[in-house]
Amino acid sequence: MKRSLKPSQVLLALLLLCLALLPLASYLGLNAFYLDLAIRLMIFAIAATGLNLILGYGGLISLGHAAYLLIGAYSVAIPNYYDVDNGWIHLGLAIGCSALFALLTGAVSLRTRGGGFIMITLAFAQMIYFLFVSMETLGGSDGISISFTSNFGLFNLGDTLYLYYFTLAMLLFFLWLIYRLNRARFGYALTGSRLRPQRMHSLGYSPYRFQLIAYIISGVITGIAGFLLANFVQFITPEMMDWFRSAELIFMVALGGAATVSGPVFGAFSFVILEHFMSEWTLYWHLPFGLILIAVAILSKGGLVKLLDTHAGRNPDA
Amino acid sequence: MDTQLILVQLVNGLQLGVLLFLVAAGLTLIFGIMDFVNLAHGAFYMVGAYICALLAARTGYFLPSLLLSLPLVFVLGLVVEKYLVSHLYKMSHLDHVLATFGLILVFDTLTHYLAGPDGEAVLLPDYLNGAINLGNIQLPVYRVLIIFVGLSVAAALAWAVNKTRAGMLLRAGASDREMTSALGVNIDKLYRLIFAVGAMLAGLAGALIAPISGANIAMGNEIIIIALVVVVIGGIGSIKGAFLGALFVGLVDTMGRAYMDDVLKLFISPVAAESAAPALSAMIVYIIMAMVLAFRPNGLFPANK
Amino acid sequence: MLEVKQISKQFGGLYANRDVSLNLKMQQIHALIGPNGAGKSTLIAQIAGELKPDSGRIEFGGRDITHDTPERRNRMGMGRMFQTTALFNELSVLDNIRIPLLRMKPPQFSIRNWFYKAVENDLNINATALGMLERLGLEHHPEQRVATLSHGEQRQLEMAMTLATFPGYLLLDEPMAGMSSAESMRMTRLIHRLKQDHAILLVEHDMRAVFDLADKISVLVEGSIIASGTPAEIRSNLAVQAAYLGED
Repeated sequence: MKRSLKPSQVLLALLLLCLALLPLASYLGLNAFYLDLAIRLMIFAIAATGLNLILGYGGLISLGHAAYLLIGAYSVAIPNYYDVDNGWIHLGLAIGCSALFALLTGAVSLRTRGGGFIMITLAFAQMIYFLFVSMETLGGSDGISISFTSNFGLFNLGDTLYLYYFTLAMLLFFLWLIYRLNRARFGYALTGSRLRPQRMHSLGYSPYRFQLIAYIISGVITGIAGFLLANFVQFITPEMMDWFRSAELIFMVALGGAATVSGPVFGAFSFVILEHFMSEWTLYWHLPFGLILIAVAILSKGGLVKLLDTHAGRNPDA
Repeated sequence: MDTQLILVQLVNGLQLGVLLFLVAAGLTLIFGIMDFVNLAHGAFYMVGAYICALLAARTGYFLPSLLLSLPLVFVLGLVVEKYLVSHLYKMSHLDHVLATFGLILVFDTLTHYLAGPDGEAVLLPDYLNGAINLGNIQLPVYRVLIIFVGLSVAAALAWAVNKTRAGMLLRAGASDREMTSALGVNIDKLYRLIFAVGAMLAGLAGALIAPISGANIAMGNEIIIIALVVVVIGGIGSIKGAFLGALFVGLVDTMGRAYMDDVLKLFISPVAAESAAPALSAMIVYIIMAMVLAFRPNGLFPANK
Repeated sequence: MLEVKQISKQFGGLYANRDVSLNLKMQQIHALIGPNGAGKSTLIAQIAGELKPDSGRIEFGGRDITHDTPERRNRMGMGRMFQTTALFNELSVLDNIRIPLLRMKPPQFSIRNWFYKAVENDLNINATALGMLERLGLEHHPEQRVATLSHGEQRQLEMAMTLATFPGYLLLDEPMAGMSSAESMRMTRLIHRLKQDHAILLVEHDMRAVFDLADKISVLVEGSIIASGTPAEIRSNLAVQAAYLGED
C-alpha cells in the first residue's frame, strides 16, 4: 500500500532528526541540561514503545510495566554490587530476566477475562517492587548507586555522549521493529485478536499465543529502557519505578496515540516537557497533571497522532 | 509457640481481613456491575481516615467523628460519581485507568495542600484502649471492635443483596442496563448509589484504621493494590468472594509476616532466613494470587454473567 | 461426518438445548429451523466449541471433539459464520480477508515469515485475497473500511473470510440476516454452489431459501428437535406446522 506521508510521520522524522543533532548543538554551546532532558525523553519513549505493543496493538492494559523498568535497572545494579561492569552481562540480564518475568506472569495473566489483566499485572509489578525494596544489601527503598556503568569494551555508557547515541540507536531500532512487526503476519494476527478475539478463534487462531508473544517482547523493550535508565541516572531507587510510573507510561501511550509507531514518542515527549515545566511552576503540580489525565481520558480518541493526521484530511491507518 | 501471641496475630489478621473486605466490597461491585475500573477507590479510604482524624482532633470525640465521616464520604462518592465517573462508564477501560489515576493525583495533592504532608494521628478514648481478658489471654479491645463492625457490615450487605429489591437486581446481573431499566429502575441512580455506598465502606475502613496507623497520604495507594488482589482472588463482582478472599488475604499476610522467618528456619540457615523473610512475606500475597489464578483464572467465586 | 449426539445445555435451570442430535454429511445441506429463542444459536455455539455442553457428545470424523477448542475445530476443517456481523471493523476490506489467509502455506512458518515479512508483500496471500474479493465484486476498493460496505456486502465478506480457511464443514448462523431479497438470492446461489464440496449446517429464518437449499431439515422448538426429515416431510408435518411454519 503506497501512501503519501502522514503529518505524524513527518513530525516523527523531524523529532528524531533533532534528537540526532542535539549533541552538536550542545557542543556549540547549548546547555547540557537539554541533552539530559533528551536522554530522559528517549528512555521513556522506548519504555512507552514497549508498552504500546501490548497495550495499543495487543489491546491489553498492563498496569505493571514499571516492573520491567525495575528489572532492567537492577540488571545493572546487581552486577554492580559484585563490581561487574560488563555491559553485555548487564544487557543480557535485562533482556533475559524481563523475558522470563513476562513469560511467567503473562502466561497466568492472559488467561483471565475482562479487566482482570489490569489488576493482575499491577499486582505482579507490586510483587517485584516489594522484592527489591526488601533487598537490604542492595539498598532497599533507599536505593543504590551505579558506580560501574555498562562497559561494552569499545565504549562505556557512563559517558554521556555514548549513552546518548546508544539510546537513540535503541529507540530507532525499536521503532523500526514495531513498524515491521505491525506489517507482518504477527501484527495482523495480534490486531485481529484485539478487535475480535472470538472471530479469531473461529478462524483457527489462538489469540492467547499472539498476546503472550507480544507481552514478552513488550516486556523486554521496556526492560532495556530500565537498563538505560540505570546507566543514565546512576542512582536507582524502587520508587522511581513504582506503579505510578506504570500509570505514567500508560498516559504517554494514550496521549501520543495507542497502536501507532509515533504515538509513544510524542507521548513521552509531551510527558517529559509537561513534567519539567509543571514541576518548576508549583510543588503541587500533580494536581493540574491529574486534571490533564482526566481530560485526556474524556476527550481524546486516538491521541496526538489522530489529531495530527485527521486535521490534514487523511484517515490514520491502524 | 506462645498462644497469646498466636491469638493476637489471628486477631490482627482478621482485623486486616475485615478492613480489606470493606474496601474490596465496593471495588468488586463497581467493577462487576458497572464494568468500571476504579483505581481511585483507595482515595475514599484515605479521605475517611483524614476526616475522622481531623474531626477527632477538633472535637476531641472519636466515635462521633468516625460516625460523621461516613455520610461525608458517602456524599463525596455521590459527587465524584455524578460529575466524573458516570461519564466514563461508556468509555474503554483504558480511559477508566487514566481518569481514575488522575483522580488519585488530584485527591492526593489536595490532601497534601489542605492537611500538610505529615499525616494525622488519632488518639483512642480510654474505653477503647484496653484489652479484653479471656482467661489468661488478652486481646486488644479496639481490634476486636473493628472485627465486629466489619462482620456486621458483611452481614448487612448479605441481607441487602439477598432480601432487598436493589440486591435482587444485583444478583440478576444489574450489568444488563436494558433489562434493569425495563424493570422500572433508574439505572443512573442505582449506579450512583452503588458507587457511593462502596466509597462509604472504604471510608469506614479508613476511619477505623486511623487510630492504629494514622491518616496519611500514601495509605490509599497502598490499600488499593491489596484490595485489587482480593477482588481478583475472590472473583470480580462477587461479594462472597470479596469477603472470603479478604479474610484469607488478611490472615495470610499477617501470619506470614509474623512467622515467615520461623517457617524459613525450618529449611534454611537462620541468617538466610532472617534476610529472606521480609521479602517473602511481602510477596506472599501475590504469590498466592498467582497460584489461585493458575487454577481458577476468574477467581474463586466468579459472579456469573 | 459431523455427529451431534444428545447435546443438552442449561442456563440456570432452563434448557436451551435438550437431547439434541443431528448429523452433517459432505455434499449435504442440513437446515436447522425454529422460532426465535428455540436454542439454535446455542446449539451452533456448542458445535463450534464456544460453549461446553452439559451432556452429550460431538464427533467429527469419528473423533470425539466435545472438549476441543474452537481453533482446533477450525483447523480440523470446521468453518463458522456468526449471526451478528463479526468483521474487523477498523480495518480495510483487504486486511479483513487477509487475516484468515495468514495461515496459508507456502511459505512455511518461520520467524522471518511471521515477524518480518510484510503481509502486503506476500504474493500468495494477496493473490488469493484479491481473487476472493473479485468473486464478491469487492476488488475495486480494497482499501476502503468495512464500515462503508452495505450490509449485504459485509455478510458476503464474512462468508469469504469463513471460506478462506478452506473448511470442509460450514456452520452458517443466519447468513442472510438483514439482506434484501436480491442479496439473499445471491447468497442462496453461493451456498448452493458450496454444497458441491462442503457439508453445511444452515440456520435460517428465510423459509424460501431453506426449502430451496436444504436436503434435510431439523426443527428445533424450545430446545428440542420435534421433527427431522426431507423438506417435503417437514412441510407436511402437522406438529411443525402448528409450532412454527404457521408463523410464516
